[in-house]
Amino acid sequence: MSIDTTRASDMATIEQSAAAAGRGHLQRRVLMTLGPILAALVLAGCILLAVGVNPLAYYGFVVERGLLSPTGIQQTLTRMAPLLFIAAGLIVAFRAGMWNLGGDGQFLLGAVIAAASAPVLVQVLPAWLALACAFLMATAVAVSWSLVPALLRAYQGVNEIITTLMMTFLGTSFANVLVKLAFLDPATTVPQTRTLPVEDRLPRLFDTTITSGLLFGLVAIVAVHLVMTRTAFGLKLRVVGANPKAAIHVGLGVPGLTVAVFAISAGLAGLGGAIDVIGVQGNVRADWNPGYAMAVIPAVFLARMNGFAAIGFVFLLSVLSIGGESAARRLGVPHHFTLVLVAIVLIMLALAEYIDHRFTRARRA
Amino acid sequence: MTGLFSEVFLGALLFGAITAAIPLLLAGLGEQMSEKAGVLNIGIEGMMIGGAYLGFVAAFYSGSLWLGFLFGACAGIAVAALMALLCVRLGLNQIVIGIGLTLGLEGLTALLHHFQFSRSYPRLPAAERTEIPLLADIPVLGPALFRHHLIVYLAIALVFVMIYVYRRTQLGLNLQAAGDKPAALDVAGVDVIRTRTVAVLFTGAMAGLGGAYLANVGAGIFIPFITNGAGFLGIVLAMLARGRPVWVLLGALLFGLCLSLTTAMQVAGINIPTDVIQMLPFLAVMVMLVAFGRRGSLPAALGIPYERGAR
Repeated sequence: MSIDTTRASDMATIEQSAAAAGRGHLQRRVLMTLGPILAALVLAGCILLAVGVNPLAYYGFVVERGLLSPTGIQQTLTRMAPLLFIAAGLIVAFRAGMWNLGGDGQFLLGAVIAAASAPVLVQVLPAWLALACAFLMATAVAVSWSLVPALLRAYQGVNEIITTLMMTFLGTSFANVLVKLAFLDPATTVPQTRTLPVEDRLPRLFDTTITSGLLFGLVAIVAVHLVMTRTAFGLKLRVVGANPKAAIHVGLGVPGLTVAVFAISAGLAGLGGAIDVIGVQGNVRADWNPGYAMAVIPAVFLARMNGFAAIGFVFLLSVLSIGGESAARRLGVPHHFTLVLVAIVLIMLALAEYIDHRFTRARRA
Repeated sequence: MTGLFSEVFLGALLFGAITAAIPLLLAGLGEQMSEKAGVLNIGIEGMMIGGAYLGFVAAFYSGSLWLGFLFGACAGIAVAALMALLCVRLGLNQIVIGIGLTLGLEGLTALLHHFQFSRSYPRLPAAERTEIPLLADIPVLGPALFRHHLIVYLAIALVFVMIYVYRRTQLGLNLQAAGDKPAALDVAGVDVIRTRTVAVLFTGAMAGLGGAYLANVGAGIFIPFITNGAGFLGIVLAMLARGRPVWVLLGALLFGLCLSLTTAMQVAGINIPTDVIQMLPFLAVMVMLVAFGRRGSLPAALGIPYERGAR
């Protein structure tokens, strides 16, 4: 009896201290995330001051248009849909230690293929089947675009950073070629693909303008997170990422897994492009390249490749980009400033992580 | 077809090839030193566009191209110093910081350009050219190859300086060791961090210079995102060259020819859409990578931050 009570009290104290430690840990995490973001806002504000813009007015406007106004927040949530798909693809690649920097090319090709196929397919097939086929084709083309870097990395050991970057330059040009030559809408003078009628696009959520693509995006990123953390397949990929030589020793088919990682990563990016077109844009204009993938890379890294944290950072990025686009029209600050802000946040957070790491190590020693 | 092989066309093609090759050559030579020392410098695109912007601004306001080059190199060095601090000294992830720097500099230069030049889009006057006596009088080849701005010849001479540095000097040996086995270099009493920092700063200077050349001599104007992957092409060159400066030169000339072909074909009025033509240099890169991008061409410790005593 007495033994039981001591055990119980022991357990209680352990639980208490664990909870306290957890709270402290969480507190520090939040501090280590918000502190650098604040510092980055101040630094970026100095740049705004230097070009003669009131930073407080700018930030206020961005928050108002990207987060607080009803149309703004709906636009922000809609913007998240393609970004979430790209982020999901990047999480798979980065966790497996492969730097797929070719997301923009894969995204655009997926978008163009979806834009080319969906308006034709909806005329002959039931809507849901037509859209499903368009998604499938977009994914397949994006996957095939990643095949060359994947095979080069898997069987020749060629660094994928370079090959994917080169393929992204090729992909953006190729997407333009497709829009201008193959899938041009003859009915308009602007070079663009046929437009998918609004009623055939993905439905909007309830009475809002938010695309239902957002739900698909959330499902995709959570699924990817669970696969990477909870399944044998995910573990295999993480082993490949942590130590490719050890992975070979354990008997994993590293070349095959490499190709699989690229296929999943590129497929998700292409799917993101298709979601953006079929849910939101309706068509692809020539020379359209939003550069989403390059902007999402820092977000995914900041989230430490954690799917749930990535949702948060993607939301932040969406607020910045929607608010930034508004500010570009109203305040005359080009939306390129968003890039500067993202870069500064990235560097600040990396620095904070370093300081945190040193601090913990010093305390342990 | 008569226009395609005329002397004028050929001359313009070769002249354009040299002009387009010089930024790639400078970026490639710079990146090569970084990679030799074990730092994969993805930020080179950012260093280049920083150099292009500041180089253009300096040349525009002072009227001196040389001042433009100087400031371009300084901008590159400034970005490289940040990269060296974060990635070499603090050991942060080189790829992430590199992407961050590239994005940030692209955004920053586009922002500054918007507030400064977006209403006027000013141009620089055509660069004065230095003729090499006798050689410049060869028909076709003379005007194409031997009537360039002085810095072109200096850049090509730099190739041979680099060969000398890598083959004959202590610094060259140190750089090699910093990339292949940094711990051994450390044991030998040479500061790995300092060696790598020197390499990254050199990369910045070369990339900035290349950017300034691209804007001031190549285009005569700064527009946002003007480098359009030239820095990344420099990385490819360094990777394919396997530590040999001469191969960087040959590769740069080859890619330069591709880039020049894209403009020359447009001028000659050949009916191919610009987007197809723009794919040409990158297609050439992919073909080169498929053909020659074999295993074992990179230093062993590339991309791994050095920490003394770490296992």
